[in-house]
Amino acid sequence: MPPIRKVGIKQQRVAVVGGGLSGVTAALELSAKGYEVTLYEAGDTLLSRMRAMGEDLLPQAVIDADLEPLEKLGVQVKLQTLISFNGGDCGIAELIEKFDAVYMGCGQPFDAEWQNLLAKDNLNRIQIDPLTYATSHARVFGGGTLRYSPAPYSPITSIQEGRYAAVSVDRYLQGASLLAGRENEGLCTSKLYTDISGYEPTPEVKASSADGHYSREEAQQEAVRCFPCSCMECVKTCEYLKEYGSYPKRYVREIYNNLCIVMGTRNLNKMINSCSLCGLCEVRCPEHVSMAEICLDARQTMVETQKMPVSAHEFALRDMAFSASDSFAMARHQPGHSSSAALFFPGCQLSASSPEHVQSCYEFLCASEPGGIGLVLGCCGAPALWAGRKDLFDASMQQLEATWTRMGKPRIITACSSCFRTLKEAKPEIQVQSLWPHLNHEELLRGKGNDNSTPYAIHDPCSTRGVEEVEGGARDLLRGMGVLPLELNPRGETTCCGYGGLACFVNPELTARTIQRRAAESTADFITYCAMCRDSFARQGKRALHVLDLIFPEGNDDAAARKDPGYSGRQENRARLKKTMLERLWKEGQTAVKKATSVHIPEEIVALMERRMILREDVCTTIEHAELTGEKMMIPGNGHLLACYRPACVTYWVEYAPANDTFDVFNVYSHRMQVR
Amino acid sequence: MSVKKQSESAITLVCCKCGEEFVKASVTASYLGAEFPIELWKCHGCGVVYIPEELAVGKMLKVEQALEDK
Ligand SMILES: [Zn+2]
Repeated sequence: MPPIRKVGIKQQRVAVVGGGLSGVTAALELSAKGYEVTLYEAGDTLLSRMRAMGEDLLPQAVIDADLEPLEKLGVQVKLQTLISFNGGDCGIAELIEKFDAVYMGCGQPFDAEWQNLLAKDNLNRIQIDPLTYATSHARVFGGGTLRYSPAPYSPITSIQEGRYAAVSVDRYLQGASLLAGRENEGLCTSKLYTDISGYEPTPEVKASSADGHYSREEAQQEAVRCFPCSCMECVKTCEYLKEYGSYPKRYVREIYNNLCIVMGTRNLNKMINSCSLCGLCEVRCPEHVSMAEICLDARQTMVETQKMPVSAHEFALRDMAFSASDSFAMARHQPGHSSSAALFFPGCQLSASSPEHVQSCYEFLCASEPGGIGLVLGCCGAPALWAGRKDLFDASMQQLEATWTRMGKPRIITACSSCFRTLKEAKPEIQVQSLWPHLNHEELLRGKGNDNSTPYAIHDPCSTRGVEEVEGGARDLLRGMGVLPLELNPRGETTCCGYGGLACFVNPELTARTIQRRAAESTADFITYCAMCRDSFARQGKRALHVLDLIFPEGNDDAAARKDPGYSGRQENRARLKKTMLERLWKEGQTAVKKATSVHIPEEIVALMERRMILREDVCTTIEHAELTGEKMMIPGNGHLLACYRPACVTYWVEYAPANDTFDVFNVYSHRMQVR
Repeated sequence: MSVKKQSESAITLVCCKCGEEFVKASVTASYLGAEFPIELWKCHGCGVVYIPEELAVGKMLKVEQALEDK
């Protein structure tokens, strides 16, 4: 018997009639809940039916040990006390009067006077509700053989009845509903899905003795056949769900509790912001529970209630603001056209990763499709959406919609899975197409790709999970080049690269593990069609190609080994793309850009800046400010200078030294706290 | 970081603006409305405060994150 502990003390008194299994169970349960319980038994001992089983089958000492808690909990046991109407030790009417509730766990009485108090059923038994164990009298409950006989005696059933009846007694005394939320009490069909494919079927162990009882060994063998039933289908496939040691049902409750904290530490903020929102859990879950939806909702609530940690998404949102700014954003009709049949919207990440490919794709679209293909550079706003910033997202969408309207509301062809999904969901009135089918031209694909002697493994981006136009479109391109990639998973069950949901900014360690786990699924070079996925793999040292690396190869470089440009490089690539496109295709020179301070940053400091989320631009601004104002410190030991500058919410510190026309940078760090 | 602490009473750092050395002083650190006094090195002339790297990326970061979760 599991240990029972008393929780609280209640004033109400309960009488339990019958010292069999159901009565003893009810007495223990109610006493543990704090009620003052008196247990009446007509015979000399409790559990006499158990005691009659014989010393070799069920020793008396074991029974006595199981009854010890009764005394510990302070249950008053009255033996040799018959509850009756006809001159017994105590009458039922008296019990009902003296106690706040009565549980009848005795055998069926054949006392005519019961009928005056309690209604009977058509089998002439006391009428007991099979769900709540209530009788026709509000204070009286009944269970055990009193309810289920003449069905055969079952110790398990008797214990169950005592236990569930105790729940009813407690609810009655608390003034709560006897019925609410009890549908799944007792025997019911479980919704729990358990993958049993990993278990060999084993036959039931048959008892060898004549009486049909197991020997100790047989019982143990039979018990070994049992394995713990659990679903965990989502947790098995997700590094994030595994990270926090539990499973969605519990996470949902914990997240809800976290959102409700008014004063105190919200320990789950980081957890809520670490989900990549990839939606694989929803696909894997037999009940289609989506942690992505739960986390995104939670983030929105946190933003609305001003409880979102300020540093969580600031860096990513600054990057988004850069993409929406004049440094990158632009819209033009195809040179020589005054309208557009479609707009090419490559997205900010392909532009950041491989601007040359944006240029090649655009030139190909212009040459292969009629009616003029406009070019729109900008951001779809996905980072704001993922950060729970509905305000920013709506503003960004408005800006994009205004551009689209100004360009004549044509189709949008995008190279980015996140843009594809974001635009489709936010603006269903815009016809959004994937770039991939538009590149499916025999003359473009002929002679490209590899000979499959070392096949690639294909990784699908998660934002267009299961979207045939995108997933199938990209595969058609590969097939067109004769490339037959290995599939890493059933279609629609891809994992996230870690950029999704901005998880990599909040929990870079977890993101790294997520990518490494995916990378380890195949030793083959990965091929993907999302710039962010490709760069995420590259960052973790996994060789990865973008489909466009095959279609528009750049020189003889080993494209699968191409490095991730880093946060600063991504912004520079975007700015350069805009400048190049405007100059080459529209013959527009951009207004003179202020010449940036030239700095030399060694590779290890660049890597440090990536980890600390400090941009090259932040370093330049800090040095510029120090040189302009003279506000800097000198470290006499090595002659280096130390500058600090706070352009907005972050203070940057740069250790540097002038060297000819440039500045050598030795160290960079930052903090958000202000010190005066 | 190449700034050396010579002893408890001096570090080898000079303010370029004032030419003054840095002295230990009690300053106030603040974040998200919370304030705490802290002993740090400060320019004797203009009052600019030096925040060492290990403080910024160590204890200070921890406190910032704790305050953000409050
Ligand atoms: Zn000074």
